[in-house]
Amino acid sequence: MIRDALLLQLGYNATLVTLGATLLGMAAGVGGTFLFLRKRALVSDAISHATLPGVALAFMVMVTLGGTGRNLVGLLTGAALSAAVGLLLVSWLGTRTRLAEDAAIGSVLSVFFGFGIVLLTVIQTMSAGQQAGLEGFLLGSTAGMLRSDAMVIAVSAALTLALVMLMRRPLTLASFDPEYAVSIGQDVRRTDLAMMGLVLAVTVVGLKIVGLILIVALLIIPPVTARFWTERTDHVVMISGAVGGLSAYVGAALSAAIPAVPTGPIIVLVGFALFALSLLVAPGRGVVSALARHRTHQRRVHLRQGLLAMAQGQPIYENMTLRLLHRQGWARPDGVPTELGRGRAARALRDESRWRVIRSDPAFEAATAQDDGLTDIETVLTADQLAEVDARIPRAEVVA
Amino acid sequence: MNGAEFVPLSLVPLLTGICVAVACALPGNFLVLRRQALIGDAISHVVLPGIVVAFLIGGTVSTLPMLLGAAGAAVIAVGAIEAVRRLGRIETGAAMGVVFTTMFAGGVLLLEQSDTSSVHLDVEHALYGNLESLIWLDATGWSSLLDPQALASLPVELPRMAATLLLVAAFIALFWRPLKISTFDEGFARTIGLRTSPLGLALVIMAAIAAVAAFDAVGSIIVIAMFICPPAAARLMTNRLEHQVAWSVGFATLAAVLGYVLAGYGPLWIGMQDSVSAAGMIATVSGVILAVTALVGPHRLRGSAAPVG
Repeated sequence: MIRDALLLQLGYNATLVTLGATLLGMAAGVGGTFLFLRKRALVSDAISHATLPGVALAFMVMVTLGGTGRNLVGLLTGAALSAAVGLLLVSWLGTRTRLAEDAAIGSVLSVFFGFGIVLLTVIQTMSAGQQAGLEGFLLGSTAGMLRSDAMVIAVSAALTLALVMLMRRPLTLASFDPEYAVSIGQDVRRTDLAMMGLVLAVTVVGLKIVGLILIVALLIIPPVTARFWTERTDHVVMISGAVGGLSAYVGAALSAAIPAVPTGPIIVLVGFALFALSLLVAPGRGVVSALARHRTHQRRVHLRQGLLAMAQGQPIYENMTLRLLHRQGWARPDGVPTELGRGRAARALRDESRWRVIRSDPAFEAATAQDDGLTDIETVLTADQLAEVDARIPRAEVVA
Repeated sequence: MNGAEFVPLSLVPLLTGICVAVACALPGNFLVLRRQALIGDAISHVVLPGIVVAFLIGGTVSTLPMLLGAAGAAVIAVGAIEAVRRLGRIETGAAMGVVFTTMFAGGVLLLEQSDTSSVHLDVEHALYGNLESLIWLDATGWSSLLDPQALASLPVELPRMAATLLLVAAFIALFWRPLKISTFDEGFARTIGLRTSPLGLALVIMAAIAAVAAFDAVGSIIVIAMFICPPAAARLMTNRLEHQVAWSVGFATLAAVLGYVLAGYGPLWIGMQDSVSAAGMIATVSGVILAVTALVGPHRLRGSAAPVG
């Protein structure tokens, strides 16, 4: 069943929804990157919660006009309108009053959501219309979806993705280097507005799939995940799109296969699994690689300190140092240096003297800057320079 | 409306609502000033998995294990946010977003997968609670307030919320000066020897306690609204912290009372049959209060200096 779902074998509607979810996930991943880089990730939380009154009002309007209130396009239009009002209020509170942006986000989020709940309880008491299914907008529900609805979702997700890709360049510029963007004549405020518009589109399209409570995850988790894998702008955008698409694809497929599970939470958990994996194993920024780097550094420090101690004839008590020296074949287990070890120790001491010489000479300033106590001096100076330095080492320091 | 109807049906929800609103608004003042307003949002999302796990282990909907579960989840979330922030070098907002959505998603999935249909534990309940259900069955009128037998059947949410309110208020009264100094000038607070990071953590823990205790009675949405809206509105009224806290308590109480009354009786006034969600209405009223202060509050603009005095 799960394999069928992943291979898109669960029928036309499920396939359409899964594809729509994938496209939406990609759009969210790409769009979310800009939001993340502008450090405004949580604005999207306010936008998504602000959709609820719009959905409820649209339902009530459609029922009053004599419909069943289940028209997805109508509901999503309502969602978009009230989300836009919420977004305007967040920016108004944040710029025109002295409240900080987080307070603006939190108040709009909770008040709109609370008002939406009030409207939902009103709807529950209405006799007309088919109110069942509005709760699906909270956590996403793709089970038993009408074909036309699936079509709406797939098409609007594709449109959103196209829009994001079209606006990628100005958005990238404004997110990474706003000053430069201004200097070449780009209207950054307008770009910001466009970014928010995109986020709004992703949110509204994602309502039925992910649900309004968790859509924010689809905008935040992919860029945060992508950031682990690369330092390059365009790569972050692409990887984030891929992570978003993959999470949404796997999540939507799984939810089509497992009965009675809302779609949103599964998509979020798949996304988080990708995030956790990246946090652990990504090269460079990942935890495992950071640990490995730390171990390497630790080893080098211990070996060097051990060698210097041996060169000066001091006993070594530190267990880790002893073990490392022994493993290198530079010392016996009790710390007495081997022939090889004595040679290495003399070299370490000589390099130490060389560093001391160049540190006191302003001519070597550039080279001295690389002196972190571990860098091999022979990688910093040329052979000629080394000869010159060696000639200046005081006699008494030279070890036979 | 007379006491015979009001006391059993409305008194307890009303008082509980006020206790929740004030208990959340008090620490909310400091959170808003410290730009940590969204911590309330994060906490109220993450307690869901804690409550579900507590239910799955205990098998019953009883208060203590659930409170412990919720508190445990809140602690795990704080640790996880910190870990994600440090290990991944990610800014706090995004780290919070990752952690609270994931934990909430996990909670929902656990809830849907386990058989909790027999008890009233579902996502909707977690989101907007059920303030209206706190009915005091044995009360017959105002005299029941002095009747020990009737008091014994008082819904447990009310005394629990009152105790939480006392705890939060005591914390803030006790640490008033250090909290005030470290909120406005953390650097100065440190130079005079205040330990600002344990203090900040204690504030977050207080907020978490208020959120967790309130969560069961009224759901998460009112908690988020009360953490932010009354303090934010109060902030636009005054420049002095003492006055701000007083305003926020007033606004919170007003929102709770007005919201409850509007939810219970408002629909009847406009000719509808049933009441609407009280928690949602309280949040809505707090938003209206914030909107009014944002339009006419004397200190709504940035840099509006206080008159000396």
